[in-house]
Amino acid sequence: MPKVNAASERAKIRGLLAYQILLLLGFFALWHALTATGILPPFFFGKPLIVLERVWEWFASGKVYRHLGITLLETVLAFSFGTLLGLAVGLWLALSPLASALLDPYVKAANAMPRVILAPIFSVWFGLGIWSKVALGVTLVFFIVFFNVYQGVKEVSPTVLANVRMLGATPRQLLRYVYLPSATSWVFSSLHTAVGMAFVGAVVGEYLGSAAGIGYLILQAEGAFDINSVLAGILILTAFALLLDFVVTRTERRLLTWRPVQGETEPL
Amino acid sequence: MGDSRAPVPQAPALALEHITCAFAAKARDASAYTAIKDVTLRVAQGEFVSVVGPTGCGKSTLLNVAAGLLAPSSGKVTVFGQPLMGINQRAGYLFQAEALMPWRNALDNIASGLIFRGIAKDAARANAQVWLQRVGLSGCGEQYPHQLSGGMRKRVALAQTLILDPQILLMDEPFSALDIQTRHLMENELLELWSANKKSVVFITHDLEEAIALSDRVIVLSAAPEAGPIGAYAVDLPRPRDVAEIRLTPQFLQLHRDIWSTLKEEVLKGYAQSQRR
Repeated sequence: MPKVNAASERAKIRGLLAYQILLLLGFFALWHALTATGILPPFFFGKPLIVLERVWEWFASGKVYRHLGITLLETVLAFSFGTLLGLAVGLWLALSPLASALLDPYVKAANAMPRVILAPIFSVWFGLGIWSKVALGVTLVFFIVFFNVYQGVKEVSPTVLANVRMLGATPRQLLRYVYLPSATSWVFSSLHTAVGMAFVGAVVGEYLGSAAGIGYLILQAEGAFDINSVLAGILILTAFALLLDFVVTRTERRLLTWRPVQGETEPL
Repeated sequence: MGDSRAPVPQAPALALEHITCAFAAKARDASAYTAIKDVTLRVAQGEFVSVVGPTGCGKSTLLNVAAGLLAPSSGKVTVFGQPLMGINQRAGYLFQAEALMPWRNALDNIASGLIFRGIAKDAARANAQVWLQRVGLSGCGEQYPHQLSGGMRKRVALAQTLILDPQILLMDEPFSALDIQTRHLMENELLELWSANKKSVVFITHDLEEAIALSDRVIVLSAAPEAGPIGAYAVDLPRPRDVAEIRLTPQFLQLHRDIWSTLKEEVLKGYAQSQRR
């Protein structure tokens, strides 16, 4: 019975995927029709065929690999450092009422601050290389993960906590067996947003001053009013953001097998 | 430390002396809420004591004090003659609400207590497997709590507590969420496990029949606020008992009538109070 279920489930997902691809093709067709007929001026809106050709050119000539590699490196570094820092600080503040009360207004202020403004300052501090972009990405990722970890620790069921204490757990064991697993499920729901934010940090950082990266390519193209290259850059960024999000989803599914899925019947 | 912690031979397993618990008022103009007042309860070694009372009378508060999870406003707790400091290490606690770690499967949940005590993972899991079998779930070790039914989760919780072989067992309406058949099964299982190696049990329930069927002694608590014991009844029904059958004996019915006459008034009082609140 569960096999039949899984098979029909897979068929449904495949059908959905077909529609999703169809939607994408439809969008490109509409874009092409509007720009080819001149309803939308191709100078401002680009031409999908030229955009795709540009993407192909970049990959075929190998020109894009260095830029893409740098942007991805910045993104992954910002994502990892930001997540680890958010996890550590989130656990610390959630478990230490004094520190949390002391730092509360500062955390709120730092979160409310438009942190993109910090990009030029980071350029001065860390130079025009990748580290100023990583720093910007970290400030964006950190708060998303931090608030989720904080919430995750606060939401631990008091009964589970009391039970584990009665079973003789030391404070360190409480952290490992209760707080961390509970926070993890919250962290993963935040990581999808965090991946996007890490990309924003990297590209905005490159856009404001750099010598390499997809953001740099886009900036160069804009300087030459080459809208097709700008759109090609955006297309590549989007594809890789999707890819990273997919990796997060996969990892999440593997790590959080214990979590009930709504409406799912359990195979016996 | 070894000598000072040795049990005093004649001391009760658990003694609550003049326990009062007051909670800070939520509203600014209200005075502190006294949940339980001047409660003294002694449980002998190997004795099964039930505490019954109207809803919201502070039964759980009393158990949390005995477990060391809650420090009383005044009064003293001793465990085998030793004053209780922090968590009661000799007690196992079966909670009313879901208490299993949802991120660990049934087997790992049962093994947790042993792992916390520094026992090697393999040995702990092997022992947990034995307990899993003892509570009738040998095939379900890999299941996570959300994949188990309510009754199965209670059995896992029971195994999780009993694997540590606590000398005192604190139970807070552990079977209240179960249907009546599963409940009778679990109650009989509990009596069997208890009689095999006599532990001291404090069993909290609002179900008088369950209390009489299981216990050596039934304590009746008055309605909150300022709840306290207003009656104690020795249950001298023969053991071993079958909880479903013993309910039909005349002795049981007589006890039930006696205790209910005391309890009824408090239940009505408690109901009236909860209406006013």
